Amino acid sequence: MPKVHVQTRINGEDIDFLCESRQSLLEVLRDDLGLTGTKEGCSNGNCGACSVLLDGVLVDSCLVLAVETAGKEVSTIEGLASPSKLHPLQQKFLEHAALQCGICTPGFIMAAQALLAKNPTPTEHEVRYWLAGNLCRCTGYDKIVRAVLDAATVMEKA
Amino acid sequence: MAEATAEYKVIGTRPIRPDGADKVTGRAVYGGDMRLTGMLHGKVLRSPHAHARIKAINTAKAEALPGVKAVITVKDFPIAEDRMANLGEMAVNVKLLSNNVMAADKALYKGHPVAAVAATSAHIAEEALGLIEVEYEVLPPALHVLDAMKETAPLLHESMTTTELGQKTEKHSNIASHLRFVLGDPAQGFRDADIVIEREFETATVHQGYIEPHNATALWNEDGHLYIWTSTQGAFVVQRQAAEILGLPVSQVSVTPCEIGGGFGGKISVYLEPVAAVLSRKAGRPVKIIMSRIEEFEATGPTPASHIKVKMGAKKDGSIVAAEASLMYEAGAFPGSPVGAGCMCIFSPYAIPNMQVDGYDVVVNKPKTAAYRAPGATNAAFASETVVDELAEKLGLDPLEIRRINGAKEGDRRVDGPTFPRIGYMETVHAALEHEHYATPLNGPNRGRGVASGFWFNVGFQSSVVINVNADGTVALVEGSTDIGGTRASIAMQAAETLGIPYEDVRPTVVGTDGIGFTDVTGGSRTTFATGYAAHEAALDVLRQMKERLARRWDGEMEKEFEGQAEREMARIAPDDVTYTNGVFKCAKDASKTMTFKEIAAQMARMGGPITGRATSQPRGVGGAFATHIVDVEVDPDTGKVTILRYTAIQDVGRAIHPSYAEGQVQGGVVQGIGWALNEEFVYNDNGNMVNSSFLDYRMPTTLDLPMIDTVLVEVPNPGHPYGVRGVGEVPIVPPVAAVANAIYKATGKRMTQAPMSPGYVLSKLLE
Amino acid sequence: MQAFDYVAAQTVDEAVSLLAAKGAQARVLAGGTDLIVQLREGRRRLELVVDVKKIPEVSTLSYDSNNGLQLGAAVPCYKIYGDATIARAYPGLMDAFTLVGGTQIQGRASVGGNLCNSSPAADTTPTLIAHRATCVIAGPAGRREIPVEQFCTGPGRNVLGNGEFLVALRFPAPPQNFGAHYLRFIPRNEMDIAVVGVGSSVVLGADRATVTAARIALGAVAPTPLLVDEAAEALIGKPISDQTIAQAAAAAQAAARPISDMRGTIEQRRHLTGVLTRRTLQGAIARARGERVNHA
Repeated sequence: MPKVHVQTRINGEDIDFLCESRQSLLEVLRDDLGLTGTKEGCSNGNCGACSVLLDGVLVDSCLVLAVETAGKEVSTIEGLASPSKLHPLQQKFLEHAALQCGICTPGFIMAAQALLAKNPTPTEHEVRYWLAGNLCRCTGYDKIVRAVLDAATVMEKA
Repeated sequence: MAEATAEYKVIGTRPIRPDGADKVTGRAVYGGDMRLTGMLHGKVLRSPHAHARIKAINTAKAEALPGVKAVITVKDFPIAEDRMANLGEMAVNVKLLSNNVMAADKALYKGHPVAAVAATSAHIAEEALGLIEVEYEVLPPALHVLDAMKETAPLLHESMTTTELGQKTEKHSNIASHLRFVLGDPAQGFRDADIVIEREFETATVHQGYIEPHNATALWNEDGHLYIWTSTQGAFVVQRQAAEILGLPVSQVSVTPCEIGGGFGGKISVYLEPVAAVLSRKAGRPVKIIMSRIEEFEATGPTPASHIKVKMGAKKDGSIVAAEASLMYEAGAFPGSPVGAGCMCIFSPYAIPNMQVDGYDVVVNKPKTAAYRAPGATNAAFASETVVDELAEKLGLDPLEIRRINGAKEGDRRVDGPTFPRIGYMETVHAALEHEHYATPLNGPNRGRGVASGFWFNVGFQSSVVINVNADGTVALVEGSTDIGGTRASIAMQAAETLGIPYEDVRPTVVGTDGIGFTDVTGGSRTTFATGYAAHEAALDVLRQMKERLARRWDGEMEKEFEGQAEREMARIAPDDVTYTNGVFKCAKDASKTMTFKEIAAQMARMGGPITGRATSQPRGVGGAFATHIVDVEVDPDTGKVTILRYTAIQDVGRAIHPSYAEGQVQGGVVQGIGWALNEEFVYNDNGNMVNSSFLDYRMPTTLDLPMIDTVLVEVPNPGHPYGVRGVGEVPIVPPVAAVANAIYKATGKRMTQAPMSPGYVLSKLLE
Repeated sequence: MQAFDYVAAQTVDEAVSLLAAKGAQARVLAGGTDLIVQLREGRRRLELVVDVKKIPEVSTLSYDSNNGLQLGAAVPCYKIYGDATIARAYPGLMDAFTLVGGTQIQGRASVGGNLCNSSPAADTTPTLIAHRATCVIAGPAGRREIPVEQFCTGPGRNVLGNGEFLVALRFPAPPQNFGAHYLRFIPRNEMDIAVVGVGSSVVLGADRATVTAARIALGAVAPTPLLVDEAAEALIGKPISDQTIAQAAAAAQAAARPISDMRGTIEQRRHLTGVLTRRTLQGAIARARGERVNHA
């Protein structure tokens, strides 16, 4: 089967690529575009490690076909920090030691970013509810929730 | 050595980890992120049967598929030798390890590899698997530990006989070994007891659940050298195991550890590395293999399901006078469950004069078990800590009080022989008794509070560290411990403390087998302890060299005229005359002579050349770890669902080098224990197929299932470590299952004897 | 995953002709949260995937208080409960729509897709039934509409014939004193497939103390979601009381035909059917009376 030519925008840049219809967005990001910051954990939408934003909506990239991104905006972890500074979420994750092995971290940060864009002052319960689709096996979530709440405070002041 | 009141400049602070920016930006390279020129993608064909003879494999159609570059079976591997080798945390049988990596004549579990393919894309490799024809003779499986132990059970290994109390017998059985520890006279102890409680427990197979699947990238070069990149807890273990399985000298195998997305003991033994290597040799190109989540569940190394009997006897005054346990653990397809460790830990929080513990290592047609955070101890603690709770209740004692009465202290003997050095169990019990959580009444219907304790012995093992001094006074620290949870920081902090320089001036790097001396796994709660120890010693080596150079220079600078040799000798400046405090070297014999660390670094080239400190460690003074946990639960009486309301984990950590990461280890272990307690289990059908091999139905806790996890880091410094470190990582997973069971009992009046205590099980107990 | 072709249909007619041409070798793609998993695991093999998200009728939703809610079959859940007016009008639907997987899944998964996947344990179907939803189906022979409770015919099977696909769901505007509630039982607090799900709705008389209409629908306790008329009959025409609710719950339990599988046993499911019927009726009645009942 011939490959499909897809034109899309990733992290604010026009990107086009060739892919098979059966390739997920996650596969294309990692294998074809070299954007390996988005991680694969389960490939069936149950761990959130592959979380990206698609037109600003938080999704599992393992459950989006790459061909579906034509004409859309994709945001990945690589687009978050500025050249000289980490995003407050990234900074707070480090300060709170909200990562141990770090494999779930890009997914959590993307999910938290989506939450704070929608709800800049979430309660602990709202944070936990929003992030229930992201699994972490190392931290027990305590420090992750604290980091997100702290980042929300910092971002709210800014 | 370590003093409880010593003040440190770096230790005990909470700096940012050195690999932090890489990890929060997604830039850090995990094994799955590896890319090499010409790289192929590999996939493994796995047995669909739990137990079967492999009659024939036809790979012709797969080989003919365009894009396929190599297809392999066991025929492409060297014939494995039936001998033991020291290849990781435990001794390993090379033949059995090799057979697990690629099945020989029998498939022993659903998921057992039987062939593998390398192709230009993962999709093509997957299609090729469908074209490999395998002829199986399906055999009845042995699926549960008690069934597998029966005389009539199907045998997995026709040649295996039981090792009975250390002696090989002629008895063909699925019982690989039976071991026993005895202390005192249990029969008499039970006769002396005023109350005896005897219970049986069942636990299910549980997985480490690391979010990153196994991966391996191999390049078997034309010159015969094998390069491996992998997410592993121990590059040297991979090196040795791969060398053994592939028949190579260790010097021909280079292993680079990538960043690793969780291990918990499950990423020590090799699964994919030798397969990727053989594919690479056949294809002439690098090959990367990544497991799917289904493969993770069906074909890696979960922790054993078990059946445990516990009998404990106590006197009215609360003293436990006798204890017996029988631990039957499922080893999976090959022998080697952690039943021995379970036996060593089960009664260890207590000083009991009469004990007997029997352990049975039993093979079943399930994946071979591997270590999972304090392997074997959680199952055991579920049983023993529930019985202790019941003893307390029947004696009218507070559950922490019975632990205070019987708690193990320095000098008490474990059932497996060793006596305890300075330990901190009693401190955890006292901290629990005094904690605000315990003092706060738990009000409301269907609510209950449970406590439980746990022990893990931790290990020391071997580490190597090199410290290279830079001309600007910063240092590069080279080590071989993969950083799973913040150990770059904790090791750098120890080096910084010893060197008397800021933490930011120590740049740690984790390297592979080509770059550092032998280093054992990141596991066994040993990394901050043993690699930190080596870092400390390497730092002392740096200071020693600096002192030698300064002594030489200052001695050589002396312009004074001496009257004879004796006076000269008196005035000689030796390295012992050089002191070092707060970054400054001083001459004890001449206060005018000083130099800072930075200054001597700047002058290295003029004072003898580069300064490299090095040390290897194999510390003996391993401190065991104890924990006592308190949990409040609420049980929905209509559904059996258990909600965790509040959790406090108290643990003796010796000394918390980086308290945030020590807390993190405790919180992570607790939550894994909660998952184990409430929902996690492998569900098998009668054919031995796992039916819930996905994160959808293998239910690990999410953010919404938990409250904050409060931690109390009690510090009883370990005299066996320069900074008092005790291993932290494993014991947190030991008490939670029992603590939750005891809390459910208080909430419902029903004793839990099965884990997980899923809503269906709890409801069935409520409706009894 | 098997290789397949992908086409983003621009109109309903285009989708119908693509589907009709390929028959069982083609399937509609909405959110993909079921289909992509099935393809990846080899549980489904297709030659063609027809993306319907570009078809306006399938991807939009509209509501007014007279005509009710017209919900395009491919509208993702987050868009539905993100619409404040619709969320306020149909809290009993939102109970379910906020539950389908976690946040990421809700960013893609659609109610139409959930229904067409036709799992007996689908979270949306019981509450669709409780709200008297109808399915708007397009096919080679034109359009037809059927009540939701007739849509599923067995596990993974439904009435869609060759070339047919679900275009939209229609919900009548809630009558006066209407209240509905959906609850499911899962072992965790999110992310799980329902062990049992119950969607209940009631219409109360002007006195708000008598039930004039009721619908109780069960999920995950039979090969298809079940509308239990006997449970409704226990309530209709009678004043609300613990006894009538208990009778309705008992009728629901009697109608349930659960199996034992890895997610639950027969006994557990039957017991939970009673519990959730009682709890959802209490919630529906409270909402019918104008009280606020939070989503689970």
